[in-house]
Amino acid sequence: MNQQGGRFFFNVDWVTILIYVALCAIGFVNIYASIPRAEAEAFSFATNYGKQLVFIITGLIVGFSILLLDAKFFSVFSPVVYGVTMLLLLAVLVVGRKVAGNQAWIPIGSFRLQPSELAKFGTALLLARYVSSFGPKFRDVKSIFFAGIIIVIPLFLIMLQPDTGSALVFLSFMFPLYREGLSGYFLLIFLGMIVLFIADFLVPMGILIGIILTIGGIFIYQNRRKQKIMFSSITVTIIAILYLFLVKLSYEKVLEPHQRTRIEIMLGLKTDPKGAGYNVNQSKIAIGSGQLTGRGFLQGTQTKYGYVPEQSTDFIFSTIGEEWGFAGCFTVIALYIFMLLRVINLAERQRSTFSRVYGYSVASIIFFHVFINIGMTIGIIPVIGIPLPFISYGGSSLWSFTVLLFIFLKLDSNRMGFI
Amino acid sequence: MDNLFNRKYIIQGLFIAVGLILVATLFYIQVGTDKYFISAESNVLRKIYTFPARGIIMDRNEKVLVQNEPVYDLMVIPNQVKEFDTTALCQIIGIDMKKFRKNFLKARNQSRYQPSIFEKQLSVQIYATLSEKLSRYPGFFVQSRTVRYYPDSAAGHFFGYVKEVSPTDIAESNGYYSPGDYIGKAGIERQYNNELRGEKGIVNMLYDVHNVPQGSYAEGKYDTLAKSGESVISSLDFRIQKLGEQLMKNKVGSIVAIEPSTGEILAFVSSPGYDPNLMVGRQQGNNYMDLIKNPNRVFNVRPIQGYYSPGSAFKPLDALLGLQEGVIDPNTTFNCPGYYQAGNHRLKCEHVDGNISLRRGLARSCNTYASYVFQKLITQRKYKNQHLAYDVWQNKVRKFGLGAPLDVDMPFERKGILYTSDEYTKKLGKYWGYTTVISLGIGQGEMNVTPLQMANIMAIIANRGYYVKPHLIKAIGEKKVIKKEYVKKNYVDVDARHFEPVIDGMQDAVNAPWGTARGSAIDNILMCGKTGTVQNPRGKNHSVFIGFAPRDNPKIAIAVIVENAGFGSAYAAPIASYLTEKYLKDSISVSKRANMEWIKNKEILPDPPKPKVRAKPKTADSAKTDTTLKTLPKKKTVTNLKPTTAAK
Repeated sequence: MNQQGGRFFFNVDWVTILIYVALCAIGFVNIYASIPRAEAEAFSFATNYGKQLVFIITGLIVGFSILLLDAKFFSVFSPVVYGVTMLLLLAVLVVGRKVAGNQAWIPIGSFRLQPSELAKFGTALLLARYVSSFGPKFRDVKSIFFAGIIIVIPLFLIMLQPDTGSALVFLSFMFPLYREGLSGYFLLIFLGMIVLFIADFLVPMGILIGIILTIGGIFIYQNRRKQKIMFSSITVTIIAILYLFLVKLSYEKVLEPHQRTRIEIMLGLKTDPKGAGYNVNQSKIAIGSGQLTGRGFLQGTQTKYGYVPEQSTDFIFSTIGEEWGFAGCFTVIALYIFMLLRVINLAERQRSTFSRVYGYSVASIIFFHVFINIGMTIGIIPVIGIPLPFISYGGSSLWSFTVLLFIFLKLDSNRMGFI
Repeated sequence: MDNLFNRKYIIQGLFIAVGLILVATLFYIQVGTDKYFISAESNVLRKIYTFPARGIIMDRNEKVLVQNEPVYDLMVIPNQVKEFDTTALCQIIGIDMKKFRKNFLKARNQSRYQPSIFEKQLSVQIYATLSEKLSRYPGFFVQSRTVRYYPDSAAGHFFGYVKEVSPTDIAESNGYYSPGDYIGKAGIERQYNNELRGEKGIVNMLYDVHNVPQGSYAEGKYDTLAKSGESVISSLDFRIQKLGEQLMKNKVGSIVAIEPSTGEILAFVSSPGYDPNLMVGRQQGNNYMDLIKNPNRVFNVRPIQGYYSPGSAFKPLDALLGLQEGVIDPNTTFNCPGYYQAGNHRLKCEHVDGNISLRRGLARSCNTYASYVFQKLITQRKYKNQHLAYDVWQNKVRKFGLGAPLDVDMPFERKGILYTSDEYTKKLGKYWGYTTVISLGIGQGEMNVTPLQMANIMAIIANRGYYVKPHLIKAIGEKKVIKKEYVKKNYVDVDARHFEPVIDGMQDAVNAPWGTARGSAIDNILMCGKTGTVQNPRGKNHSVFIGFAPRDNPKIAIAVIVENAGFGSAYAAPIASYLTEKYLKDSISVSKRANMEWIKNKEILPDPPKPKVRAKPKTADSAKTDTTLKTLPKKKTVTNLKPTTAAK
């Protein structure tokens, strides 16, 4: 049903679609550039860039098909979508194929389904529906708890694959929840956890505990007359110290050796340019060698001669960096930031809480991917294998981002209506 | 809209902040530093070297003395090696499994992805067998280069040798050398290394991560071709060089022959010598260790490193300085009662000649005469004291090239020993005079010279008053350039007229019936010379002869030292005369051939170790007391005794 005189694409935000198309085009060009020159001679659908072209076209078809659907469909069927994706996440643990240590794929014919990609918009939809059912009262512990459950189930299931990178993406749902009234302390606590986590490696335990006790002590002393704040200060201090030990313990017992090495390399505790640090080092070399304006299209040597592994997928940004230089990198990041701000602005103009929460979710998921992926290629974040949205080679990822974005564009085009 | 609306700005602000962090980091690694750009170049760029052939070395008649022979280094890229029959490969290249493992680990430690040498310098024969089967050994390939071959197997000390570069060489070469390259380490190969080595050719290739070449960099704009080394023409005459080596076989000592007018060294013999081919190839290390075991120090380059007292060979210098200073004239006579009385001790002479003048004094090698001349020089009235007079004397001696290196074009030349008066004062205290140092007059005492310096003294006398710095290379490259210092005449400040009386004496020494080396006269050639029987504190006397020929317009000046061989006239003088004759006439007269063959086969090696209790070495003042010829050692036992050079 469409209120706007039967014109399907009425009110659709063409600016966002334009950025989307631009990013896909950038992806295609750079996937083309990152394959060996010999293969580039004749166009073929068997090559990565040939396939990517197919993915982009089919992605656009899927995207515009979504625009044809009824906006109410997403809200109504969100529990079903969520349920199906959770089942798929369970199924992948049983029937999935192991690729590079991760059991993340379900083979369906020649096509490989990656349920963790589907889980992103499944979770986003259900979360939006759940939060929208409260109206403006999304503050009590119970509702936060259930919202948390919705997020943690897929996170946990993906952790079992184990695909830590994809699992971490679910932390991005903090932003929509924050927007809907989740206390800012959660964000602060989260930030504090990250800071403590990093500090745990760089500063000796004893000194760290000393610092926490000092800061805690000052707080407790200053608030000694306000009992409530004093007690929460004590609690925070104790939890912080316990957390430190927990991190140390889980670091040694839970994390895989390769994950430990990645973290140590990122923190500069270890240099291993030939072993585990090889990817990041080569990626940094490729990006850094692009300098201001880059070596030019197809002129990259690092990416062309296979020095950077996972060239067209997770490390596609190094091709951009090498061939287009700082100018190209800046453009890509600017496009992303522009798209994110645009989506947030669109989300804010929604009447329905459902659309707004979903919009924030879309922006946050894309943001997490962009930040982690680019941060990883330039060595400020440990190597976490997640794709760069719209640009990285791969059908599953391109389609799931397309679906994620176009559902929101559909909701947005329908903002005058009621869901 | 509610107050939560403001949170939009916090989230958007976070997005922008993170975007800025990424941009800032990118700005740093892309624009702020070119570290990564440089790393990228070194990732893909490989310099492939082509090795030039080393320059050839010729003798003065442009006979080729050194050639280059191809050899083949077996290279390996460790990560491309797949399973194969290691035993077969070991058999082909002639190594055992232990060596194989060691080589492979060494190569892998150097680099897994880049080629390194697995086994070096395989011969053509091995290469032929190997190249047929090389395809069975993925990761292995062969790189050719050339090594030296010395067809005459002679003059090892002259050539020196070529060896793999050391880390120090690499550090000092400003990037020219890399591990596995070769460099001249001794002799001419070292001295003229920069001329001989040529220039490596460089091809800049792009490589992918699997080490597969992807074409040349910038269309080969920065590539260069290998440039062969320059050829050099040595001043040696290999006819007499080889004859000299044959004559010195199984003896310890040295021969230096110089063309007086040019300073070009004609013969440069150091004995014991070695075949330079031993220092080439895979067995180099082993051969080196074998040679170094020889107690007579094979690697001592005696012509420029051996220290000897000049002995009687110094006497012509006494006479020249005496004449120049005016303390004697050619007719001055001194009485020789068989000794010279220096203070409270006597310096013996071998004969009682009564009143003796310059010409006969030199021909008879009279110690008394020489001592008187020295006494007169040091006690001249015009100097305030004897120390001052001594300094004037030793400075004049230095003009003859003693006490300082002659700057020959050979590494590690030693300078000899010649004291200043201060050094004597330091050693002997304030109270010393001519009687104390009188043995200098007969070339003993605190005076050591190298054979090269001795030959150079002869060149000076032959030239009547000057020398050109002796050198072994007379022309470099196609333009035949030579260093300026090797054409400059160095005058010794003795007038030419004073030389004739001295040369008269030296002519008599060889040609007169009363001369000390009369047995070594050459038919139709007037050779002038001086024998020496150098007192040696460690063993039997050294046989020394210095001379030049012919008397007018001399062509060759020569110094011969045969250690432990006794009288100068016994071995040194005949050897010198054979070389001179060979050089001037290109053949040895029939009457002398038998004796020459006898000398060639004679063995004179240092004594076996002496019993611990033995007489103290004679003091320098009592030189030349041993007058018998039966001092030759009967055994050729290898001894631990150092060679008998009186180095101090």
